[in-house]
Amino acid sequence: MLTTIIGILEEGFAYGILALGVYITYKILDFPDLSVDGTFPLGGAVTVTLITAGVNPLITLLASFLVGALAGIITGIIHVRFKVRDMLSGIIMMTGLYSINLRIAGSANVPIFTKDSIFENNIIDRIIPNIFRPYIVVTVLFVIMIIMKILLDLYLKTKSGYLLRAVGDNETVVTSLAKDKGTMKIIGLSIANAFVAMSGGIFAQKNGYFDITIGTGALVAGVASVIIGTNLLRKVTLLKATTTVIIGSILYKACVAVAIALGLEAQDQKLITALLFLVILITSNEKKRRVKAHA
Amino acid sequence: MLRLIDINKYYNPGTVNEICLFNGFNLDVDEGEFVSVVGSNGSGKTSMLNIICGSIPIDNGAIEINGTDITKMPEYKRQMRIGRVYQNPAMGTCPNMTILENMSLADNKGKAFNLRRGTDRKRVDGYKEALSKLGLGLEDKMDVTVGTLSGGQRQAVAMVMATMTPIEFLILDEHTAALDPKTAELIMELTEAIVKEKKLTTIMVTHNLRYAVEYGNRLLMMHQGDIVIDKSGDEKQALKVDSILDKFNEISIECGN
Repeated sequence: MLTTIIGILEEGFAYGILALGVYITYKILDFPDLSVDGTFPLGGAVTVTLITAGVNPLITLLASFLVGALAGIITGIIHVRFKVRDMLSGIIMMTGLYSINLRIAGSANVPIFTKDSIFENNIIDRIIPNIFRPYIVVTVLFVIMIIMKILLDLYLKTKSGYLLRAVGDNETVVTSLAKDKGTMKIIGLSIANAFVAMSGGIFAQKNGYFDITIGTGALVAGVASVIIGTNLLRKVTLLKATTTVIIGSILYKACVAVAIALGLEAQDQKLITALLFLVILITSNEKKRRVKAHA
Repeated sequence: MLRLIDINKYYNPGTVNEICLFNGFNLDVDEGEFVSVVGSNGSGKTSMLNIICGSIPIDNGAIEINGTDITKMPEYKRQMRIGRVYQNPAMGTCPNMTILENMSLADNKGKAFNLRRGTDRKRVDGYKEALSKLGLGLEDKMDVTVGTLSGGQRQAVAMVMATMTPIEFLILDEHTAALDPKTAELIMELTEAIVKEKKLTTIMVTHNLRYAVEYGNRLLMMHQGDIVIDKSGDEKQALKVDSILDKFNEISIECGN
């Protein structure tokens, strides 16, 4: 039981960073950004390649973050400067990144079990006693996730953060502030995909391998977390939206775990993901507005 | 101050639905003028504002502010000198952000939106003071999201936001049309007070002939992309609602309305 709960928390925290990124695009910018399905494995590919080359595991996360930011900028430029519809801009990126990810990683599956990671390295070996071993991963993930959440919270309170929220809330206001709304959207997509790619890097280190298929359903997992979090905990005004998103991520992973525990097999996971997402969309009032806005 | 020179604007050019809105349209607005613009639907009032602000492109002609040609300048850059209040109260504010956050955004117009704190604590008292002048009690609701306010309250906030930083121009696009008569009256009084206090050059489009007559020192009536009445100074002061209403009826009958 305890192992299951820890497993859920691990997944929830790792995907929580992805969900924070998706929160920026889906909730703040009102942009269904499918490039997430490409940038999540992009972070993984960058991380395993650098780790294999002997780079410090923490630095690889920073690298994933930056590469993700770059990918987000490209999605933004496709949408804003070339006026391609939001959904299609993401699909173009997702499709293109599939090949790029394979190029970076070198193959569809790259193991890094034997290498150092943020969870297994000399420092942790030296300072953490053996009895705490089972909790190392969940603790490290928690710490990184909290740092990322706080950074995002702080950013959203800056002048730039205000403008980002304004772009999603009412573009006209941004124009009347003599600011280019397109540039702000690109910045938002960049930050969002940076979070997503970093999450992919962490996920690869946690699993001990990179797999090209981890991207499939990344956006769905992210959006589901955002919707569960922001709708379910809407009444709890004391919680910040970013906190509810992370709780949403944990609840979402718990739902998936329950489904598997009920006898479904791992290969059914994407189907569970899809059905669960459908149920969430139907039960939340999110459906109507979004369908109208993006159909 | 503001000059529109030989503006041509066609909608749907090259199709059977081609409509010529402006053909050689000219307008000069002097510094400090408060111009009321009236006219029937489709007469080109709002299009004129959109052309000035850069929301829609023009086919031919030039737009100048203080002698600088701004014809090619993108919409957002023009807004550095322009404050605009829209017909729809929802257009001028961010509904999911608080009054304080909205005010902070407006206050930062013309400055960099960088990684400094979004709300400057030292400025909050100034915001409260500006809002208290509205007499709506908004200064006590700084942490309320703007989306929960009534249309009139939102429009009042939008008005304060649009005129908060130094601007040269105020563009009012039927900004009282969506409000009930009492609130509309309040917003008009507020408009007058702000325009006087900040000595703003103003263009106000309205369907309310009484406002057009009562406020401002110049009145334009537009019809099918042309200016059919242009009164300023004493002539404007002498105008009565009845006389422009007669002209209005005359052009309306021409159109078969």
